[in-house]
Amino acid sequence: MKKFSPILLPISLFILLQTLISSGVLNPYWQQIIQFACIITISSLGLNLIYGYTGQFSLGHAAFYGIGAYTSALITKTFPHSGILIFFASLIIAIIIVALVSFLIGLPILRLKSDYLGIATLGFGIIMKVIFDNADAVIPRLGGSRGMGTIPKFTNFTWSFFVTIGTILIIRNFVFSSLGRACISIREDEIASECVGINTTKYKTMGFVIGCVFAGVAGVLYAHLYTFLHPSNFDFLKSIDVLLIVVLGGLGSISGTIIAAVGWTFLLEGLRVLLPPEILDWRLVIYPLLLIVVMILRPKGLGGSIEFKFLKSG
Amino acid sequence: MTPVLELKGLTKYFGGLKAVSNFDIKIEEGELIGLIGPNGAGKTTIFNLITGIYLPDDGNIILSNESIAGLKPYQIAQKGISRTFQNIRLFNNLTVLDNVRIACHMHANYGLWSAIVRNRIFSREERTIEEKARDILSIFKLESRADEISRNLPYGEQRKLEIVRALANKPKLLLLDEPAAGMNPQEVEKLMELIHFIRERFELTIFLIEHQMKVVMSICKRIAVMDFGEKIAEGSPKEVQNAPQVIEAYLGREC
Repeated sequence: MKKFSPILLPISLFILLQTLISSGVLNPYWQQIIQFACIITISSLGLNLIYGYTGQFSLGHAAFYGIGAYTSALITKTFPHSGILIFFASLIIAIIIVALVSFLIGLPILRLKSDYLGIATLGFGIIMKVIFDNADAVIPRLGGSRGMGTIPKFTNFTWSFFVTIGTILIIRNFVFSSLGRACISIREDEIASECVGINTTKYKTMGFVIGCVFAGVAGVLYAHLYTFLHPSNFDFLKSIDVLLIVVLGGLGSISGTIIAAVGWTFLLEGLRVLLPPEILDWRLVIYPLLLIVVMILRPKGLGGSIEFKFLKSG
Repeated sequence: MTPVLELKGLTKYFGGLKAVSNFDIKIEEGELIGLIGPNGAGKTTIFNLITGIYLPDDGNIILSNESIAGLKPYQIAQKGISRTFQNIRLFNNLTVLDNVRIACHMHANYGLWSAIVRNRIFSREERTIEEKARDILSIFKLESRADEISRNLPYGEQRKLEIVRALANKPKLLLLDEPAAGMNPQEVEKLMELIHFIRERFELTIFLIEHQMKVVMSICKRIAVMDFGEKIAEGSPKEVQNAPQVIEAYLGREC
């Protein structure tokens, strides 16, 4: 039998989905859902690196998602006729800004542990929400609480798909390296980790910054998919959504996070289609119930600490 | 000859409690020295001060002519002091191999970029780390356990793995905090053989805290005794056993 190449899987998946899109089997509505699933996957993989692998409890993930979205949207909106290059440039700049902000925030607050860190990141999330709400006072183009509209639409299926694949690869390569193991050892036992010579401050910050950068990348794609940003898209509840996905998928499992992120997106939207309109609002009851059931049946999440084979092989 | 480790007037307070007071000791190269004392005497605090988990309030810690007081634990580990813990601290959910590989991290010479693009430096360094880790596991006959989750090892092997992990970053000085705690007599025998083996094989200095007198008295050439944060005696096992202050600390005063 021929050896299965790990590259074939994403490529065949891409061709399959692209054919379905081009032939019109998937209407624009579902195309958007697929792309949203990609965006949520990227952001969740980022949080999984922070919480699942490095063990640092963050409730402020949506803030970094928002920083990425607003930064890039501001750039592409300022130069509206520059084509795809400006989108790419805005992605790079958003990454740099998010990395810088998360580094500056991470350095002082990562000294805190578990619940206390959660509260500190939550505080940061709330501060950012207030800033997004009032940003128009400084830069009118950001729209503040009225929302930021007419962002050029750059995100398409190809972008979303390949950025997701890139994210999976980078996170996988990082986690299965000596640096990744250093991060995991902090989750396992911080004192033991220090005592075998690991600079825990450095690796906590590294894990946090990389994780936040992916939230920012997801934000960039989000802004240019929906072409409209509102501060409520980046509030505390959005951080909780991502946290749910990471816990549901299994802390420290890339495969689990991907399944949970895609499943979560399609469940929410699928219920919208499946349920009759009278009980449509019940979907917000059904999905937390599913969460409870999954957590009882599989307390370690869907993936536990198991990975798909193709994510492990080099 | 300069001592490997020298503690000078080491003092540590916890609030109003003097946990360690004016503690002096010199440890020569290649020595196996024991530290004993009743519960709460401050033995583990000494280890925590040496490894930088606590900062001393007064005094100095000198590792081969260089003061290490005030350095971070990871810096001290990188300078060549490794330790084990009284209540085993393994990376419980990781494999035996990963436990040792993590301890080899400080010798990994590649950065974030190499890790992400997986270039040749990455493969070369990862191969070296894995070889080193497997080598040391095979020295201690743990290679067959390499892929097991460390939490699932029997107690005695968890202790052993913790020592192996401490040795993986090639220390000059090994601190063992009650390695025989919770072991049955056969396991204690094995542990004593293991400690002898480590000294011969790795040519390092060992500083040992132990409660089981049998262990300390039989393997250490020199013993320091602590009570209420102070050193009350130091010398050969025999000298220490007969010292009146030691008998008083352990058994109380005759009325």
